[in-house]
This record gives sequence, C-alpha cells and structure tokens, in this order.
Amino acid sequence: MPTIRLASETDFAGWRDAARGLRARGVPPEAAIWTVDAADLFSPHPEGEGDHPKGGGGGSPDDAEQRGSPSTAFRGPPPPTGEEKPLFTVPREFVELADAVILHRSDERFSLLYRLLWRLGREPNLMRIVTDPDVAKARAFAKAVSLAEHKMKAFVRFRLVTGAKDAAAPDPKTYVAWFEPAHRVTEATAPFFARRFANMRFSILTPDVCAHWDMRALAFTPGADPADAPGEDSLEDYWRTYYAAIFNPARLKIGAMQKEMPKRYWRNLPEVALIPELIAKAEARTTAMVGQAPSTPSRRVVRAVQRAARDAPYDGLAPTTLEAIAAGLQMCRRCDLYKDATQGVAGEGAAHARLMFVGEQPGDQEDLAGRPFVGPAGQMFDRALAEAGVPRDQAYVTNAVKHFKHELRGKRRLHKTPATGEVTACRGWLDAERRIVRPRVIVALGATAALSVFGKPTAVAKLRGQALQLPDQAQGLVTFHPAYLLRLPDPNARAEAYGQFVEDLALAWKLAA
Amino acid sequence: MAVLDLKTKLAILSDAAKYDASCASSGGAKRDSLGGRGVGSVDGGMGICHAYAPDGRCISLLKLLLTNFCVYDCAYCVNRVSSNTARARFAVDEVVDLTLGFYKRNYIEGLFLSSGIIRNADYTMEEMVRVARSLREVHDFRGYIHLKVIPEASPALVNQAALYADRVSINIELPKDESLARLAPEKDIAGIKKAMGAMRLGVEAGREKGRKARPPKFAPAGQSTQLIVGADEASDGAILKRSAGLYGAYHLKRVYYSAFSPIPDSTARLPLARPPLMREHRLYQADGLMRFYGFDRAEIVGEDEDLDLAIDPKLAWALKHRGDFPLDLNTAERERMLRVPGLGVRSVERMLGLRRFKALTLEDVRRLTRGVAKLKPFIVTADWSPGALTDKADLRERVTPTQMDLF
Repeated sequence: MPTIRLASETDFAGWRDAARGLRARGVPPEAAIWTVDAADLFSPHPEGEGDHPKGGGGGSPDDAEQRGSPSTAFRGPPPPTGEEKPLFTVPREFVELADAVILHRSDERFSLLYRLLWRLGREPNLMRIVTDPDVAKARAFAKAVSLAEHKMKAFVRFRLVTGAKDAAAPDPKTYVAWFEPAHRVTEATAPFFARRFANMRFSILTPDVCAHWDMRALAFTPGADPADAPGEDSLEDYWRTYYAAIFNPARLKIGAMQKEMPKRYWRNLPEVALIPELIAKAEARTTAMVGQAPSTPSRRVVRAVQRAARDAPYDGLAPTTLEAIAAGLQMCRRCDLYKDATQGVAGEGAAHARLMFVGEQPGDQEDLAGRPFVGPAGQMFDRALAEAGVPRDQAYVTNAVKHFKHELRGKRRLHKTPATGEVTACRGWLDAERRIVRPRVIVALGATAALSVFGKPTAVAKLRGQALQLPDQAQGLVTFHPAYLLRLPDPNARAEAYGQFVEDLALAWKLAA
Repeated sequence: MAVLDLKTKLAILSDAAKYDASCASSGGAKRDSLGGRGVGSVDGGMGICHAYAPDGRCISLLKLLLTNFCVYDCAYCVNRVSSNTARARFAVDEVVDLTLGFYKRNYIEGLFLSSGIIRNADYTMEEMVRVARSLREVHDFRGYIHLKVIPEASPALVNQAALYADRVSINIELPKDESLARLAPEKDIAGIKKAMGAMRLGVEAGREKGRKARPPKFAPAGQSTQLIVGADEASDGAILKRSAGLYGAYHLKRVYYSAFSPIPDSTARLPLARPPLMREHRLYQADGLMRFYGFDRAEIVGEDEDLDLAIDPKLAWALKHRGDFPLDLNTAERERMLRVPGLGVRSVERMLGLRRFKALTLEDVRRLTRGVAKLKPFIVTADWSPGALTDKADLRERVTPTQMDLF
C-alpha cells in the first residue's frame, strides 16, 4: 500500500503531484496512506520567502481571480518523469476547494481530496452535487477554513514594540501579535494584513508559522511560542474602556456574542477579561435605570425652551414673493401628498417672465433635487425648447401640483396622476405664482396642468395649437406633456407629436414676444 | 468645569454613542494602503467584526460622539439638553489619534462619528468634517469612515462629509411624523428628507458611468438610517411602511431598527415599558423579506397591524396563503421558492444549481437547509409529498417551535 509523505501540513503542490501520479496509476483512494514528514515540519516554503502581497503567494485572495479557465489542467510544476502534457483535467471548483481544504486541521483532508479526485474520473459533475457526502464534507472543511481566515482578520491584536533607533531601522516601531488560528490559515491571511498595514512593520506569531512584514515584502519563519510576543500595550486599557462603555446592559444576549466570538479565541483578546463582570452587573444596571424616576430638567433649560417657542417666526400670511412661496410649500398640509414626498417643488426661472410653463407635478428626480423639470421628461423638454428657439432661463417653469404623487412598486417610486382634489388644493400656489410673475402667455403641459390653469377639464389634443383667453389678461395654450411623448410606443406617432410639441412651444414664444 | 482625562472622555462619549445600532463596515470602495503613506484597507463586500459585546452586537467601528453636549431636546435620547448626564467633548486630534491607535492594533475597521448639536448645525458638522479630513488628508487613512450627517447643516458641508466618508446616515428615529414633532421637537422631518434626497442624487452622480472626468467617490457605501421601536405607538405596519418609502425614495442601504432601550436619566414623556427584543427581530425579518425576497410591505402586514411575535413573518404569510403550497422544489421558479418559509436566498440558489444535475430529494433539502421539519408541509420533492398536511387546521402549532426563542 503506497504511503505518501508530504513536506508540510499545507503542502498543496506535493499533494497535487502525488495525487496525480496515484490516479494515473489507478491506485484507489482506500489504498493510499497520506502522512506529513514530521522531521521536516518547516521545510523552506516554495512560495513563501520574499512574497509580495500582490505577487500571489500560496492562497492569497488575488490568486483565485487569476484562474480564468473553467477547467484547470491538473498539472503542477513538471513532475520528475518530465511528462509534458496534462494527464487529465479537473473542474476549477475542485482546485479552488482543494486549495482551501488543505489548510484544515483534520487528518482526513488529504485522503478526502484524493477520494474526490478519484471519483471525478467517473463523475465529471460531482462537484456540482453539493449534497454528496464527500462533496458536502469538503465544502464544510473549506467553509471552516474560510471562517478561520475571517476570524484571524478580526481577532489578531497587535502590540506595539519600540526598539532602538539605528541606521538600519530609522523607524524602530514594530507591531507584534500572538495568534492561534483555528486552521492553518496564517500564510493565506498574511497578504490581507500586508495590504491593510502596508506602511507599518509587523509580525504575526502563531504556533504553526510566523508572518513578518517589513513594509516591502512578506517573510515566513517557523512557528513560535506565546512568550516570544510582547505582554501588553498601553492602548489596551483604552480599548477595554471602549468595550465596556459601548455595551448596552439592557439587552444582554450572551449566546449571540459567543456564537460569533468563540471561546477558543478568548485567550488572546485583551477585552474579554471584562465580560464576566459586565454580565454580572447588567441586570442590576438595567433595573436601576427602569426603576429610576424620570429626572427633572434644570430650570435654566426649561426657561430657554419656552423662550425659543415664543420667539419662533410667525408664518401664515399669503405669499407675496416667490421666495415666500418656496418656503410656504414646505409647510403646506392642504392635501396628503406632502407625507410621502421629499419636498414641495416650487417654480423656477425669470421672476417677471413673459412666458410661463406649467407641468403636472414633480417626478422622482425633481422630488429629490427640489427643482422642476430636471429628470428624463425635463431633458426632453429642454431639447424641444432649444429646437423651438425658446431660452429656458427667460421663461418661468412650474407645476400644477407641487408634491410628487407616486406609488411604491418594489423599490421604485412610480408616478401617479394627481386627483382633482389634489390639483384644487394646490391651485392656490399656482395662482400666487401667476399673480407675482404676471406672464403674458401660460402654456399648460398636459391635461392636469390644463385643469389647473383653466380651472376646468380641457381637451389637449383638440385645443392644442391655438391661443385661449385667460381671465387674468394672459393668453393660454395647451400642449402635450413631455412625459407623454416619452411614453408613446409607436415611433411614428411619437415623431409627429414631438413635431407638434415644438411648434406649440415656438408659437407660445411668438405670442409672448 | 474640571478638565477630563482622555479615558474619561472616551468612556462618556462611547457610552453616549451606543444607542446607534449601526456598526456595519461593509460596502465601501475596495482599496488598501499599498503605495500610500498611512494604514487602512476596505475589502468591498463583507465587513469585519473585531469583537462582540455581551449584548451580542458586533464591534466593528470605533463608535463615538464628538461631544454629547446638545441643544436639542429629543425625549428618547440620553444626551438631550434637559438630561442631567455627564458631558464631555473631544478635541479633533484626540479622535484622530484614538482611531489610528486602535486601527493599528487591529481593534477596529474604522470610525463611526456622530455628535450632539453644539452652537448650530453648521458648526457641529464642520467639526466632524475636520476629523474626517485630518484622517484622510493628513494621515492618509484608508479604513472605513461612517459620518452622521446633520440634516440642517449647509449642503456644502454635507457634501464634504460624503466625500470623506464611506457611509453617511441621518437617523429619523421615530417612525411617525407626529411623534417626531412631539418627542423630538427640534428635528425637522422635511429637512431630513431633503438631505436624504440630495444624498441619493450625489451617490448616483458619483456612480455615473461614461463621464469623462469621474467624480470623486461620494459615500460609496451609501446611506442608512435608524428607527426606534417602541418609543411611540407606531405599529409594525406603520414602521415598515416608513422603511419601504425610504428604500424607494432614497435608496437607503439599510434601515436599522432599535428596540427602545431604557436610558439612564429618562424623561416622563416616554413609556416605561420596553418592547420585547423579539419585536425588533421580527422587524428585521420583515425588512429582509422586502429587500431580498420580493415581498411588498402590504403583503407582510397591514398598516395598522403588528407582526406576529411567535412566528416569523414569512411563515405567517405562508399560513395565510396555503393555496400556494405545496411547492414542487424540482420545478418551481426562483421567485416562488423564495416564498417558502424556511428557505433562504442561498438555499434556493443551491437548489437551483443542484436540480440541473439530479432530482431533489428530502435528504438533499435537509443538507441545504436548517432542517426539514418546518418545511415539509410546504414542499414537494422527488420522494415527498405532504398530502393533506398543508391544509391541516393545526398546521400553525405543528410548525411553530414549541418553545419561543427568548431574546
């Protein structure tokens, strides 16, 4: 029965070479015995020394991204026999999984992986059958390894060591951590720390292997002993202060804490010494808070609050300026639309424009920006204005309804036509704008605007293209709303309507001149 | 006033910050400190929790108030002007040094800075921006920064905050406008909404593709908010309606729910009874159904109703819609599988992958989920059909855990 001796606990290349040979020779999984050469626990790492974090070391996160092909030729460095072509291919999922599984501490991992490799010969889709017992176990191992990497990123605690300053080390500060990973993930996780602390000299000491970063390259040395790491750091006291203060005693959930911060890591976390006391006192602290009578604020504060209320600006007069309209809209409660909208959107443009455009209501973008006609319909409107030769900044642009009426569809807000009651409620604002701007021509864009401007339902398609008299000496026009043009499905009808729309804008500008 | 030492300030100002549930460090723009002068990296996807407190909450960020002096009088807040709590204020450099010191020892992913309102909104916002600017520009700090935005501050300052921060947030705290007016008289919901709207436009402009000059990263991890549960009479339906509106209007990354927790030095304007922590849990579950499972708020709970505390909201929905079940897991569409109580997004994805190669059996389902007992009445597999079980009158009792989770 062949016994395979691997160079180290994480010798993936050695495992891969041996496994490939075994399968090619037809050695079944149950006939192979895998061991690690105990005499040589720390053989020189083929990819370890001088490993740059972006250069791709054993299992750095960048490594996985570089494998582009869906299936990977199962060929490592050329085997001793000097064969050139790959013996067989395996799915990329298998190589990625094996890369992680090999870091697991279980003694079973080498034979489990070989069993999977063996079975892949007959069952090419095996890796997709995630409920197969072998696949499920390998995936569970890989998940445990990935969790161990994640917890290493979380629970390493550095301590600052300040050495002697000399020519070789102008900045004598080094950060040193002692850490005991659940699986053999130190080399795989070290590049993360190098990228995060690129400009900080550090060492992470573990029982398996130690990682060192000198601000240029990562290096690995044999495993160490807790005594090799510094015993304390002056900032740990501050960290414990923070840990104790951020804890809310009124919501004790010890199980949730231990699930995420397993006790195996506690030995090396400076803050956990506080846990028993925090838990013990939690209930008493909560009871005291609830039992305490409500406190009475100081009289100084009460007087200040009363003064502020008395001096608040009084605001309820009819608006006589455009600024007052914009401010008043934010307080408007004449209908319910304010509740779900962001803000009231006032009109915008020349204060005494000869031409006023009235749209229906703000849309999603207008509601966020607080300005009329800036969304998709606004862009279409701008284009049409340009074609008709109307300078937008010499006109006044506003809406019949000032708040955005919409309904939620999933995570999107869809426009909803305002009801007659809402148009009526908002009409006071439009009338105020008309009184202040006093335009010669008012163009109602679409049926809602026409309803508000003319005070009665007005047929847009029938009455467009002609001047209509308004009671306040101004002339009125109706035309399409730009959003209607955007929604027309038939391109010919859309082109025709757009042409008429541009004509109407040009006519309005001529009448206003 | 006596001069406080740094440790005392840290104790006061982190204690004052703990009522903010958010501690996420996820979603920032991927970056590291290679080629820079300082430290810090953000991995993009998942955040890292560096410790857990006995309240089960993740400690990812150094969560601080710049000061807990405040001119506002929000009833639920321990830092309101009328509270007699101990006060402190950090200098800008103190926060910067603590952040860098903690970060270099790998205690934290970054800083979450909030503040009481002192003098006025602009002054306070400017002080917070100074901290972020010093971290980013003087120290080239590339870790995570979450800044609380003061909605009344000038847009230019809010803009600067978003340029330095990965995430920004504005807490609404109370789900109903009326209770906000009553319990937090200085807070202005209209101002909050406007600031959130401006923030969404900024975030979207920052992500716009195909522009020649790419605008600088603007809060790449988006914005979030927090709602307090149980401090006013708002029903779960009203709370979730508010959330759905916020997700739709401002594309918030998260709405956090925080069960109203007793505070020291409380006011008579608040209820003394605290809501069960389970209520908060059920709200998070319902929120998840809206964000990841294709449920509309109205399907989960009516506007004036509360969620069932005894069973999760998806199970409650399924029990009311038994006609949709049992569902054949070997043929059903993804959208319908997501509505099976007990099936999560990942389980569904795995089943969809697996069923291309084999017919799903109950054993497969067992391996892909947390247990089939609760699932059995709702599913059909190659070797299982629930028969009349789905329509049994006592189905609720059969699938409800006999002992309620104590939170």
